[in-house]
Amino acid sequence: MTYLITFSTRRQRSGCFVSPGLECVRKCHQGKMEMDSMKRSLLAVALSLTLALTPVVAQESSSTLTLVTHDSFSASEDVLAAFTAETGITVEILRSGDAGTMLNQSILSKENPLGDVLFGVDNTFLSRALEADLFIPYESPVLENVDEQFQLDAGEFRVTPVDYGDVCLNYDVAYMEANQLALPERLQDLTQPEYAGLLAVQNPATSSPGLAFLMVTIAVFGTEGDYTYLDYWQDLVANDVYIADDWSDAYYNQFSATGNGGNRPLVVSYASSPPAEVFFRDPQPETAPTGSIVADGTCFRQIEFVGILQGTDNLEGAQQWVDFMLGQQFQSDMPLQMFVFPVNADATLPDVFARFAAIPENPVSLPADEIDSNREQWIQEWTETILR
Amino acid sequence: MDRDHSSIVLSTGVTQRVTPKVVKREYSMLARMLRSALILLPLGFLVVFYVYPLVTIFGVSLAPEGQLDLSGFTRIITGSYYLETLAFTFGQALLSTALTLVFALPSAYVFTRYQFPGKSLLMALATLPFVLPTVVVASAFLALIGPRGLLNQALMSILTLPEPPIQLERTLTLILVVHVFYNYAVALRIIAGFWANQNPRMEEAARVLGADSWQLWWRIRLPILRPAILAASILVFIFTFTSFGVVLILGGPQYATLEVEIYRQATAIFNLPMAAALSLVQIGFMLLLMIVYTRLQRKLSSDLVSSARLAAPVRSWRDRLLVGGTLLFMLLMLFLPLLALVLRSVVALDGTVTLQYFQQLNINARGSVLFVPPINAVGNSLAFALMTTVLSLVLGLVTAYLLSGRLGRFGQWFDPIFMLPLATSAVTLGFGYLIALDEPPLNLRSSPILVPLAHTLVALPFVVRSVLPSLRSLPPNLGEAAQVLGADGWQVFRRIDLPIISRGLLVGATFAFTVSMGEFGATTFLARPDTPTIPVVIFRLLGQPGALNYGQAIAMSVILMLVSAISFISIERLRPAGTREF
Repeated sequence: MTYLITFSTRRQRSGCFVSPGLECVRKCHQGKMEMDSMKRSLLAVALSLTLALTPVVAQESSSTLTLVTHDSFSASEDVLAAFTAETGITVEILRSGDAGTMLNQSILSKENPLGDVLFGVDNTFLSRALEADLFIPYESPVLENVDEQFQLDAGEFRVTPVDYGDVCLNYDVAYMEANQLALPERLQDLTQPEYAGLLAVQNPATSSPGLAFLMVTIAVFGTEGDYTYLDYWQDLVANDVYIADDWSDAYYNQFSATGNGGNRPLVVSYASSPPAEVFFRDPQPETAPTGSIVADGTCFRQIEFVGILQGTDNLEGAQQWVDFMLGQQFQSDMPLQMFVFPVNADATLPDVFARFAAIPENPVSLPADEIDSNREQWIQEWTETILR
Repeated sequence: MDRDHSSIVLSTGVTQRVTPKVVKREYSMLARMLRSALILLPLGFLVVFYVYPLVTIFGVSLAPEGQLDLSGFTRIITGSYYLETLAFTFGQALLSTALTLVFALPSAYVFTRYQFPGKSLLMALATLPFVLPTVVVASAFLALIGPRGLLNQALMSILTLPEPPIQLERTLTLILVVHVFYNYAVALRIIAGFWANQNPRMEEAARVLGADSWQLWWRIRLPILRPAILAASILVFIFTFTSFGVVLILGGPQYATLEVEIYRQATAIFNLPMAAALSLVQIGFMLLLMIVYTRLQRKLSSDLVSSARLAAPVRSWRDRLLVGGTLLFMLLMLFLPLLALVLRSVVALDGTVTLQYFQQLNINARGSVLFVPPINAVGNSLAFALMTTVLSLVLGLVTAYLLSGRLGRFGQWFDPIFMLPLATSAVTLGFGYLIALDEPPLNLRSSPILVPLAHTLVALPFVVRSVLPSLRSLPPNLGEAAQVLGADGWQVFRRIDLPIISRGLLVGATFAFTVSMGEFGATTFLARPDTPTIPVVIFRLLGQPGALNYGQAIAMSVILMLVSAISFISIERLRPAGTREF
């Protein structure tokens, strides 16, 4: 309190009367009061950066199109440039978290949408998106090149399928050969003693491939009867399965094929991971160091969709973008950018995909509305039975 | 000398009497307005960027159609699961905090009392863990003490053991070890920064009176250090209480904290009422804790000097043992895991030494539109971190004055509130920003400026906690004496307060910078055009399969460490003349 009172009296003094003593104090200070140049320049840099970044608040005009998407989105520079050259529209990419976060953000900001087009809703989240009534229906003419199995909203066309990817078991080729271990052919095999301590999976509550693998077990073993998916999971736990928090932890820290000290030769990943293991090595190996198991009833198919957001002021541009995403150029670009497969039958697969990617003939699928209405309960039951 | 002093006193006394009353009132009004403006600055920041978005998202979550939905709270109280989670969250945080202090306190003693070369470098290196993403840290520990880790392999071959001797995978012990790894520097810096300003007179007097070393610790040092120890404890506690990655990745999914549950409810399940209820429980719990803490933090004046000469050369065997022990602990606990990362970034899969991961970082192999050369990511990170540092230093300094009671006694009431952003989950706040800051004049939701603003919210408590212990311990009569001698407000601040709090400010600046450099959660929840920071690039690389991606992620982590270390040492160099190194 005393500090406050004297604070104000001091102010007046320096303002209207300078005592000789004060003058002296000031002079002594002058030298040290100089901020050294480094401090000053740091401050200047910080301030100018603040100013420089301030006006970058998203501006919308009809010549730009804002694409709201998740963190895994990617595309080639020249492919996007081709779209701009074709239509005069510049695409601004707005990425917000993983697929679940992105969708929830779009639902929350429905009245004042973040952009014109939303890409990246998959079949596990589809009914949540459709229930929230986020999209303006559009039937793209390019859909005639797309197989019916991908068209989960056929008839209403609120969303359009763009790509698919299969969550499958991956294995370490060298380990399997060195230990003369046969590949598991069914999920049941993984509970056998010869695979004890060999498998790493992800927590379905925090990981998208983890959820997909849980779906496979639900589709195969069911939720009712003598032997449910939970019984199967308990057998997996008895066989020393490693439940990692997310894909990166399971794949890079536990999977033996990545050479980082992990000692489990089986991991839940994608059917597109083996070509990536070839592509992202220097020099690229002749044979893939990993493989994926694509036997019936072991893989889950994720299909990703694009939709035009309600409230867009560039409907025509948004429709052109949807057509473009389905077109041959974008579809052929996708595999190496996002490690997914094109839905357009005319698209060409990159060489590394053609040689090293296996596509399951009969992946597991569950109806989108069944997934959405049961997701919370399944995860809850799984968490309570397996983790507690 | 004496005559000079008396003449100043005389002259100022005269001044006051001569000053006309009208002028006096005008100036005191101006001062009062200035003071109000100063108080409003941090409060306004907190209201606009914390309270308002949070209240908005809670409103939408708990009362979607105007009808209050409190089912989440019922579920928390009725089921045992959430109460158990809360108990585990609390217990592990308490253990982690205690363990961190046990290691940091002796180290703070060594850093304050002994002269040895390379102190600021060691301090910078000790702070590095704070910027590293959890997955990367998990990799580092795996490379070191995993079943096939370096240490285990070495021990197995030396002692001819059939099994790896260190088996910590998925244990509470590993969670605690990594929490110490992350938070050791927080406690060390805050305690050592405070200690360095303590006048050694009291301790010398006690020694002359025959106090033994136990009495010195118990009766003199610990009571004097109490404000700093409490400040460090509360920061470490909140950090470990809201721990997310460490618990999930190193402890395994059978461990869950409240923060994990909030994330799960908000993203995977989209049960907003539940997420909001859990967030409110977490915030309420933290508020309670902060009130207790504020009570404990009794106002305490101690004898502070701006440049205490505490450090002495290492002479006796006891000195050598102490310094050596500290350095050995730092080497084993902090530097070996960091070293394992550096090694991993230059060793190829076949075991040969290579720079290919660093070279590949600069190559846009797939022609991706979202490719970011590392230099740009470094630039983005540095720009955000600089903005965060400047903003949180300015706001934090004013806040510290406000909380110290120097701008009015009511200021102390705000103490608990300024800590809350640390205890608020990023996803909750991210959703809040999205729906609260979506219209002019605050249409910021997809602006990159939101990143340093969110970082500042987290960095502010660090600056406040670093400065406040010194500020509170500063005897008010020091400033008063200076005023009597004719110094104005700025001069009192510059000559009396600043030298004492400058070390705390530097500690705060370092942590503000660190928080921003390493922050990932809030950065990803904010919808943003492309201005990725280094951690964002690391996560992108770790999100894709392939040896090159992993190698580049580790290389990028090494770059993050390097940029951070250089920055810490530069910040250390900003210390005002007259204050010494620790």
